[in-house]
Amino acid sequence: MYKESEIREPLILNNKSLHDITNDIAAPIEGTANKWWWGLFLFSLMTFLWGAGCLAYTVGTGIGVWGLNKTVGWAWDITNFVWWVGIGHAGTLISAVLLLFRQKWRLSINRSAEAMTIFAVVQAGLFPLFHMGRPWLAYFVFPLPNTYGSLWVNFNSPLLWDVFAISTYLTVSLVFWYMGLIPDFAMIRDRAVKPISKKIYGILSFGWSGRAKHWQRFEELSLVLAGLATPLVLSVHTIVSMDFATSVIPGWHTTIFPPYFVAGAIFSGFAMVQTLLLVMRKVVNMESYITIKHIEYMNIVIMVTGSIVGVAYITELFIAWYSGVEYEQYAFLNRATGPYWWAYWSMMTCNVFSPQLMWFKKLRTNIAFTFFISIVVNIGMWFERFVIIVTSLHRDYLPSSWSMFSPTFVDIGFFVGTIGFFFVLFLLYAKTFPVIAQAELKTIVKSSGSQYKK
Amino acid sequence: MDYKTIYGIYNDDDTLLSAVKKIRGEGISISEVYSPFPIHGLDKALGLKDTRLAVTAFLYGLTGLSLGLLMMWYMNIQSWPMNIGGKPSFSLLQNLPSFIPVAFECTVFFAAHLMVITYLMRCKLYPGSSNKSPDPRTTDNMFLMEIIVKADEKKIYKLLEQTGAVEVNEKV
Repeated sequence: MYKESEIREPLILNNKSLHDITNDIAAPIEGTANKWWWGLFLFSLMTFLWGAGCLAYTVGTGIGVWGLNKTVGWAWDITNFVWWVGIGHAGTLISAVLLLFRQKWRLSINRSAEAMTIFAVVQAGLFPLFHMGRPWLAYFVFPLPNTYGSLWVNFNSPLLWDVFAISTYLTVSLVFWYMGLIPDFAMIRDRAVKPISKKIYGILSFGWSGRAKHWQRFEELSLVLAGLATPLVLSVHTIVSMDFATSVIPGWHTTIFPPYFVAGAIFSGFAMVQTLLLVMRKVVNMESYITIKHIEYMNIVIMVTGSIVGVAYITELFIAWYSGVEYEQYAFLNRATGPYWWAYWSMMTCNVFSPQLMWFKKLRTNIAFTFFISIVVNIGMWFERFVIIVTSLHRDYLPSSWSMFSPTFVDIGFFVGTIGFFFVLFLLYAKTFPVIAQAELKTIVKSSGSQYKK
Repeated sequence: MDYKTIYGIYNDDDTLLSAVKKIRGEGISISEVYSPFPIHGLDKALGLKDTRLAVTAFLYGLTGLSLGLLMMWYMNIQSWPMNIGGKPSFSLLQNLPSFIPVAFECTVFFAAHLMVITYLMRCKLYPGSSNKSPDPRTTDNMFLMEIIVKADEKKIYKLLEQTGAVEVNEKV
């Protein structure tokens, strides 16, 4: 017998029965796309193509077409890489960490959040790949026997740790997502009318039938994968932060980076989940499943992680002063008052100040305000990476080599192109995949459905 | 000897669960239950053994850890040690701190992927496998209990209806 406090609000509204859930989740797949979907899709596709054009130009001419110079050798490419990887983290957090904590509200949002993870990590991977200059030689980052004697990769290098972390993260997230999708594809298959879609979803569902033994294994698999994905997701952004922290550049060489990056990643990831889901719940009519309560919970996570990030910023400043290292002190003074002061203060406003507004219940349950803050946080987190990377590099040890970074149209095109690519993938997903983990959602109808809460 | 396959279809998970307990209490064996979602306690009620997937994941993880360490030892210590930035590669133990991230990733990679492959193989799930549920409604909102009997099907019919089955069919 399951008992729950009376004050817990229902997570599924409008008295949905099991069959209603099936119908609602299958509806966007079985219906035709509306003009909003097509409009967004074509716009994203064009942006993506523009990005692809910029990439073709980069590969054909060389990395010189980017705005990098001899002082700032890393700028938008790595900024965008860290930004996208960070966005990906919320998906794993929702599906794995919230599963371990038995948070039932994850069930309406985990599928889309995981999709977002995978699509974001794909975008992230493009940046280091093309920064190599000769992407067709990218396999050199893997420990493969080669024709140069046994010249192996260097396992002491954080950049190689990144290769292992990102590829493990991408593939494990993908199979975790797909294992959850199998029963839902089976649901779509069993009600498909057109032979072609029956065939496609039949292949995708791997012949799932819902036997008791299979469900028992399914639950064990989900639990163990969640247990593996939780340390994995923490390790991924820890390792990303070590790309910086293990160097000796003032402003990068700090032990606080791993937890600070992980908190920032969850912060930005939840903001992106909000951006996507606030639109998606409207477009595909999922308001009964992704409720104001879900939005409020996510806003609370944004508030908490935003506060952790704020504490990290202030700790960094304090330690720079307290360490007595002049170089470190200058790096931080330069961030706040140097030529990039506007980037620093945009970051502070967006990441430290704006999430504090979520203390007000009126604001954190307001959809328009949530959407606005989610965009602000995404911008703020992009600036955070830009500030860490560019302001630490642009004034190095020799004042004669101090310089500034300005992006070329190729830098901008590549970045905007990945946003387009991301939305192309997400829109295709929203049209053809079950956007809510309906099989698992059905398990909480009796404990969290509105008709059982009266 | 001809066996008959009888399907009892239920529309509620709690009804199904108590029906399973009752029918098994009568000494009748249930050959399979198909449901749209995992039902808590159904595996115990059906008398299914615990799955050993988690154990395999642990073993796969150990394999991944060992292979990862072996790879790093061979490549960076044995085959071609390099002195990079004054940080030479002397022995596995001395380099272990900087080998930990990759060793961890290898552990997770092996544990997760090999466990998933094991799961798919044990459940015989693969692209192109044909749907084996006797009723397509079992992925929507219906719960199906399959009983194979030799004789005495009248008693089974009655029992299924008594325990709340909304439909009782026989395999044709």
